[in-house]
Amino acid sequence: MSLPAELKYTSEHEWVAVDGDVARIGITDYAADKLGDVVFVDLPKVGSTVAAGRVVGEIESTKSVGELYAPLDGEVVEANDAVVDDPSLVNADPFGAGWMIVVRFTELPALLTADEYAALIAE
Amino acid sequence: MTDGERRSPLDEVHRAAGASFTDFAGWQMPVRYSSDLAEHHAVREAAGLFDLSHMAEILVLGPEAAAALDHALAGRLSAIEEGQAKYSLLLDESGGIIDDLVVYRTGPDRFLVVANAGNRRPAVDAIRERAAGFDCVVDDESDDIALVALQGPKAEEILRNVEGFDIPELDSLRYYRAIDGNFRGHEVLVGRTGYTGEDGFEFFLDPDAAPELWDALAETGAGAGLIPCGLAARDTLRLEAGMPLYGHELSLATLPQQVGLGRVPVLGKEGGFVGEAAVVAGPAADAPVLVGLAAEGRRAGRADYEVFATEDAPDAAGVVTSGALSPTLGHPIAMALIRPELREPGTTVYLDVRGTRIPATVVTLPFYSRKKS
Repeated sequence: MSLPAELKYTSEHEWVAVDGDVARIGITDYAADKLGDVVFVDLPKVGSTVAAGRVVGEIESTKSVGELYAPLDGEVVEANDAVVDDPSLVNADPFGAGWMIVVRFTELPALLTADEYAALIAE
Repeated sequence: MTDGERRSPLDEVHRAAGASFTDFAGWQMPVRYSSDLAEHHAVREAAGLFDLSHMAEILVLGPEAAAALDHALAGRLSAIEEGQAKYSLLLDESGGIIDDLVVYRTGPDRFLVVANAGNRRPAVDAIRERAAGFDCVVDDESDDIALVALQGPKAEEILRNVEGFDIPELDSLRYYRAIDGNFRGHEVLVGRTGYTGEDGFEFFLDPDAAPELWDALAETGAGAGLIPCGLAARDTLRLEAGMPLYGHELSLATLPQQVGLGRVPVLGKEGGFVGEAAVVAGPAADAPVLVGLAAEGRRAGRADYEVFATEDAPDAAGVVTSGALSPTLGHPIAMALIRPELREPGTTVYLDVRGTRIPATVVTLPFYSRKKS
């Protein structure tokens, strides 16, 4: 299971790549694997406001339904149309082409390190 | 190993193949090896290999074994020939379904009853209790029998090429029939049965021999497109084929007539069967009935989602029992128990998909039928 050390993580299995005041967000390899083959992704619209801990999107696999939680407060400045068109990107490249949204935030909350997240999913 | 974590005799084989596991009726069974979709498509287009060793096998044997099963089950098992298999139901006194099962007649006085893993105990107890007045014995052989299924259009071709698998009467083995085979010195009951909507075979054998058979099938079939498949693919395959699953479409709360199995019970058998009076009386006029639903888009109605008669009806008219985005058909499908006045094919109902009502059309089951050659 891949777990890039430079990323931050949440207990809801999102990864967060922080760059200045924007954060690129996706779900982890672990979450994608648990879901199975992703067949449908629904993302928030660009310009919408998201709040930390709230559900902002849906990720459906053949077997189950997963939810995308916003890891922080802010405004959606990008949504990945490619992953909506081809949901299999979530399984194929969860930390790359399978990213979900980019959010401009005002304050960065406490997030998990790769080691902390690794410990969480090992439980 | 505890009661809460039972493992298949093929457990090491699955782990070596990188399977992900899920708890199923207390068993740790493979849910997938690579990809649910790839496994599903392999069975539709080539072949898939399933471990079903968690299923329960109950042997009923003796001069009155057939009579005992006629009384215990809703079907007429005495009417099936040696070498034939029959889908049947185990009902309670009120006609509710304790389990659905497949019965193989493996000798004049010998039957193998295959029950769902989660219903092993109630099925064994009910059959044993109902057979008590008959000259026969009921043995729970579940721990001593492994079950492997080879399913898909290339299943027969693969089976014919497995080295050391001797099945003398394979040429005459028709659907829902079973014959004896021998795999490298091990006795194997070979059934032309399955739960995927495809042609295929099920192999009942000694657990110790199961890994060698699994490996032989996997190696022989690899060139033909066979891959190992988990329970996730099995579920989407059986849903497309309109096959009910216990705990979803079938339960103690449903009579056979409600779930499209009204032809399974045989009324008027000598001595009758448990639940017959309730089956004759039938379900209430307003009891829900099982239908197929097809929708557009990609958002699937899933088990326990509510079904509404109109876009703004305040009260639910039913509930989804199983649902998924059909890998073969490319659109959402579901089975649902709904109010009987909505059952006509072509009727539009609305699935509540997490707060959004999505139109769906009542369709005749199954969603998918293989083209018979």
